This record gives sequence, C-alpha cells and structure tokens, in this order.
Amino acid sequence: MSNNTEFTLAELMIVATSEAWRGDGEVLASGIGVIPRLGASLAKLTYAPELLMTDSECFLVEEPIPLGPRGDYVPKYSGYMSFERVFECVWGGRRHAMIGPTQIDRFGQTNLSVVGDYRKPKAAILGVRGLPGNSINHINSFFVPNHSKRVFVEGEVDMVSGVGFNPARWEPGMRQDFMDIRRIVTDLCVLDFEGPDHAIRVRSLHPGVSFDEVQEKTGFPLLKAPELGETPHPTAAQLEIIRRLDPHDLRGAQVKGNPPGIRAAA
Amino acid sequence: MNKLMTTTDVVAQLRDGMTIGFGGWGPRRKPMAIVREILRSDVKDLTVVAYGGPDVGMLCAAGKVKKLIFGFATLDAIPLEPWYRKVRESGALELLELDEGMWQWGLRAAGMRVPFLPTRCGLATDVTKLNPELKTIQSPYADGEVLLAMPALKLDVALVHVNVADQLGNTLIQGGDPYFDHLVARAADACYVSAERVEERLALTPDQARFNTFERYLVKGVVHAPCGAHPTTCAPEYGWDMAHFKRYVASAADDGGWQAYMDEFVTPGEAAYQDKNGGIERMGKLPLPVF
Repeated sequence: MSNNTEFTLAELMIVATSEAWRGDGEVLASGIGVIPRLGASLAKLTYAPELLMTDSECFLVEEPIPLGPRGDYVPKYSGYMSFERVFECVWGGRRHAMIGPTQIDRFGQTNLSVVGDYRKPKAAILGVRGLPGNSINHINSFFVPNHSKRVFVEGEVDMVSGVGFNPARWEPGMRQDFMDIRRIVTDLCVLDFEGPDHAIRVRSLHPGVSFDEVQEKTGFPLLKAPELGETPHPTAAQLEIIRRLDPHDLRGAQVKGNPPGIRAAA
Repeated sequence: MNKLMTTTDVVAQLRDGMTIGFGGWGPRRKPMAIVREILRSDVKDLTVVAYGGPDVGMLCAAGKVKKLIFGFATLDAIPLEPWYRKVRESGALELLELDEGMWQWGLRAAGMRVPFLPTRCGLATDVTKLNPELKTIQSPYADGEVLLAMPALKLDVALVHVNVADQLGNTLIQGGDPYFDHLVARAADACYVSAERVEERLALTPDQARFNTFERYLVKGVVHAPCGAHPTTCAPEYGWDMAHFKRYVASAADDGGWQAYMDEFVTPGEAAYQDKNGGIERMGKLPLPVF
C-alpha cells in the first residue's frame, strides 16, 4: 500500500476498530465514544450492513448518523432501542460493544469504577456501569487512546468491573462461555486474546511503532501474534466515509495533538 | 380524588434513614425540583438508589447520603460527576455498586414482591466480592448453573419527574426513552411525581396514552413543577443546561463552593432558582443535546 495516502492516527484507529465487528452477523454494534462509534458506523457502511445500530439515544437506524450538529440531516428510524430493550439485548447476547475502560489487565478484566483503594479511592471514575453484565453476556472490545502502564496495569485492575479470563474469579457452575473478548485497539497497536489459554497478544502494530515500545508501555508481558504485521492503512474509500460521518472532525480531538497515521521518523 | 401537593409536602413525608429511589438516568429527567427541596430540608442519612446524575452529586455534596446504591454517576457531556467524585474519594459513603442491569433487576424483584431474581451479571467481578450480601444460587434444573440472586431493592419512597400528570396520579413520560421510572415507582411504598404540566383529568387519544408507563395507584402525590428537571434534560421539551452544569462543576473545585451554590441557587427557593437561570422562558427552551 502506498505510504503517500494522508491520514491521521485517529482515522487509522477508526478503521482498526471497525474490523472488530467483522463476522458478527446481526448484532447490535455499540461503539461508545467518537472513534468506536465511527468504527462501528464504518463497518456497517462497508462490509457489515447487517449490523444493528442506534442513534446513540433510543432509536435504531439503518443509516449511521453523522456525529455532532446535523444541519439538514434528518435521521431515519427503523426501530426502537430504549435502555430497557438494551438490557434485553445484552442479556440475550446479541451485542458487540466497544468501550474505553480506565484500566485493563492481562486477563481482559476491565475497570471503570475507581483507581486506588476501593473504600477511599485516589480517583472515582464513573462506576461499574454495564461492564459486569456486558462482559459476561456478549462480545466486547476495548478502545484505548493512551496506551500506557496506567491503563494496561500490572496484576489485576483495581476494581474488577468487567469479567475476563482470570480463573481465580470464576467458581464452578458459572457459565463463562458467553464471555467473548475480541480486540483492543490502542494508539499504538491492536491486541487480541488469541494466544494459548487466551493469552493477550499484539496482533498488529501501527505504522512506525515497534513491539518493544508497546511492551515497554504495558504492565504485563505480551505475546507476538505469528502473523504480526502493520495495522492496515485506511483506504481512500474508507477515509471518504469517515469524513462524511464526522463532518465536524470530532475525531481529531480524540488523540492528543491529532498526529498523522504514519509517525515521522524519530 | 386529588393528589396535588407541593415539593414541601413531599419532603415532609421523608424521614431520616429512608431508602429513596430516583427516576431518570444520569443527567436526564431527574426530579430536581424535589431534590432541591430535600437540599433545603433537615432530612439526612438517606440511602439513595439511582442511575446517578446531579441528583446523586448534590445530595452527596449536602451530606444527605449515608449509602449509595448505584451503577454510575455522570453528567454525560461532563463525564465525571464532580460532587459524587469528591465525596466518594473522601471515603464517606457506604456503597452498593451494581451493574446497571442488576440495578433495574433488583427494582423489578421488589415490584414483583419476590426476594430475588437470577442473573449472570455481577458474577466473577468485584461487585460480588465487595458486597458479600449478594449471594449466588444454583439452578434447581438439570443445567445446575450458578447464578447471582439479585436481591429485591425495596424503596421507601420513589421520586420521579414526568412530562404530564393529572390530579388523580396518571402520568405521561413523553421523551423517547422512559428509562426505568416504572420500576422505581413499583419498588416503592410511596411514589411522588413532579410534572411539567398538571391537568385535572387526562383525556387522551390511544397514541398519547401509550406514554403512560405506570399506574396511578402507585402515585401518592403529584407536584406541578415546570422545568422541574432542570438542569437535567426533559425530552422532548428541553435539554440540559450546560452553563448551569459548568457552574455546578466549578462549585466542587472551591472551598465553600457547595455553600455558595446553595446560597445562590437552592436556599432562596424555586422561584428564585428559575430567575437565576433565566426564567422558565429560557429553561424550557434549552435545546436537546445532539449525539
């Protein structure tokens, strides 16, 4: 692929997040936050028209809605998805959500509650939100715009909000087979849990990023996927769709400094 | 039958130590006029049950909350709820932090008068580890699956803000998403609603009547509270007040910030509150957020 195509890191990550939904079939694609939402929208508008999406409120749409002020654009609703219906969808397992947790550990356990001691935390974040239920019921992927040891922590996350592949947390008789952690897209790489016994691996590296740098910024050991390569660059067609879906360039504010997708040589 | 009352009448029904559930979701359709009346009162040591927004934050700031039963607290556009955060970090709160799904499941159990409902949500997380009162149960059928027995979340009082009510206690929630107010109402011994508009007796078309989400026998009292959800949204009528949210957020950064907020917005009463926020002409026309 030509290295001359100009794209930002945010656009590269949108394409990488969109890949997470490939092959899911008719599920509700919930991309929470600007980049995951654009990724889900891109997936639906390219290879996965079967995905269900909402207007980020309570209506289903077959045409993903552009972000921010809409001008003349009027959403076309195809159905209804109140929060009550979302829980019914979640518990029935027909969803693939991508959210940005505060912490993630080597088991894929996630934290959105507090950093530090639970009773007297250093930082209270949002609360566990839907992570316990999402993580045990349907497919989940994660988005991390600031790959660092603060996010990818040593040991377990401070407050296990979402379940993961940690045998110590599961008791006999509990069903683990609905749990399905697919991808983590960061500003450095794409990770998955397809190593031996769901070990976390680096699946692809963003242009100009080395495995050693990713390892250096991660609080636990990483494996290299045998097929480890470069994260695919956005195509011109994908960039056109992304720019149409995000006319106010909200994506540009999602990564500090809005850097180019291909790093300048150090 | 006439259930009309004032926010003062509602708060007069509250006792120290009560468990109170709030309708709405985050910064959306919260019964804020009643919350402000609670802030003006001496009521304390409350167990607050909510999908938290500024209701939770303000009650925490005022020292009204003994225990919080919640899945999150947020202002959405401003992700971190400032006063929840500050009081939570001080270690002052007792907590039952639940998955969002478990929260509504517990209310559902209470409304159906069963001791628990089974779910997988919460298993294998710190939600169960930190709250040993949450027990598991094994399926009595051939599968033998181990599930969480989500206990009923019984409420003493439910407080809900709606678009329209009548004096009999009939209500309409006309925003796109009714959230879980019906379950909050069902879980409580007594539900009080505030409403943008109150009529003597609703006379509706079938299309309008579909916006009724719970029965009037659940409703003990009805308060006429125009812009009573401010500064939260009340779809389809008005959006949240970002300028007010910013002022509120700033109050958590200053020494004496909460007292200043109380003095400016709460203590002088609801009429003064409306004046301070540009009057209901402005408040009622705040644009709905676009996502």
